[in-house]
Amino acid sequence: MKKIYGSAAEALEGVLHDGMLIAAGGFGLCGIPELLLNAIRDAGTKDLTFASNNAGVDDFGIGILLQTKQVKKMISSYVGENKEFMRQYLGGELELEFNPQGTLAERMRAGGAGIPGFYTKTGVGTVIAEGKEHKDFDGETYILERGIVADLAIVKAWKADDTGNLVFRKTARNFNPPAAMCGKICIAEVEEIVPRGSLGGDAIHLPGIYVHRIIQGDHEKRIEQRTVRTA
Amino acid sequence: MAWDRNQMAARAAQELQDGWYVNLGIGIPTLVSNYIPEGMDVTLQSENGMLGMGAFPIDGEEDADLINAGKQTITELDRTSYFDSSTSFGMIRGGKIAMAILGAMEVAENGDLANWMIPGKLVKGMGGAMDLVAGVGRVVVVMDHASKHGDSKVLKECTLPLTGKNVVDRIITNLGVLDVVEGGLKIVECADGVTEDELRAATEATIV
Repeated sequence: MKKIYGSAAEALEGVLHDGMLIAAGGFGLCGIPELLLNAIRDAGTKDLTFASNNAGVDDFGIGILLQTKQVKKMISSYVGENKEFMRQYLGGELELEFNPQGTLAERMRAGGAGIPGFYTKTGVGTVIAEGKEHKDFDGETYILERGIVADLAIVKAWKADDTGNLVFRKTARNFNPPAAMCGKICIAEVEEIVPRGSLGGDAIHLPGIYVHRIIQGDHEKRIEQRTVRTA
Repeated sequence: MAWDRNQMAARAAQELQDGWYVNLGIGIPTLVSNYIPEGMDVTLQSENGMLGMGAFPIDGEEDADLINAGKQTITELDRTSYFDSSTSFGMIRGGKIAMAILGAMEVAENGDLANWMIPGKLVKGMGGAMDLVAGVGRVVVVMDHASKHGDSKVLKECTLPLTGKNVVDRIITNLGVLDVVEGGLKIVECADGVTEDELRAATEATIV
């Protein structure tokens, strides 16, 4: 089966529908599926829920879908650095579900691993625990969190082979593997598609079983906080 | 007299132990990395998926794929390893990280910590703070003893929404060092030029 598509728009054909849940990889602007986000904007799909650690900035990442009012709800751990997000949220136009960062990552991993729920200490005694099942194990209290299964996962990797095996680069890996795992369909955008066998089976970060469609393209890879030391 | 930001960071660095894996929060805790004792083997975790965090890059060597949890460009070391976010928080929740040094808005005498949200103000989110305080071996808070209005941030009970309940082990402020113990806080030491009476007077929490 051919997994390589010619463009982000082609890869998204037949996949998008209004009201869907999309899991997106990335941390801040690092390792975000920027080409697929652009193509979702162009497709005009509406009422989207995004499970994504962050919401991008005003003009990059998920931020561009906030500008066009395509997002109904965000499931995130941190949404600073985005004025349009705050305007819509405070105006009641946008729903927001805060998840602790590790809980969000594990919800994605669990969803992809066939685990519908798990108990965690994170958030016990805070607003996050309200309304959730509590259970004691070995004298400590935990809360039940649900796995996430997304209609679509969009991720960014460094390299792929034509079977969808992925390799990420440095901290751009972040949420991409768990997001990929929890999607019923996963589309990966990569900087380079390399010949089968050249990645080395031991070096694969995410096996191609999780990846259904692949596109290659040029990435802007914007830096959010350029910080340097004086030499 | 009291400690400034760098003196607080230097004092917090004394909490480090050889061989530890440690997570440093944003703000004063980040400065702790400048005071790791010579010859001590400490590995810094960045919860976005990295162990062995290096210094900021020199101008021109920034890499968009290499950032810390504050989204700042950083560098790697020869010991560096990378991993995904679920693995990263697995090691946090699993107690593999020996210590987190974090900033705070309020700490209570029972170890409750509030550092993510002020109701009615802009809410940005908790990020990884709730996972860190729930999971790591030891939680050390570094913060100013009082708010900008002069109110004690070391309280009998937190007034702000909590990040974690009974999670703080030690508090380092510009006025001194306090431990969370049975029944309240215990003074460990006073900052340079600060008397124990002054530290008590500046603290709303019960000191035992």
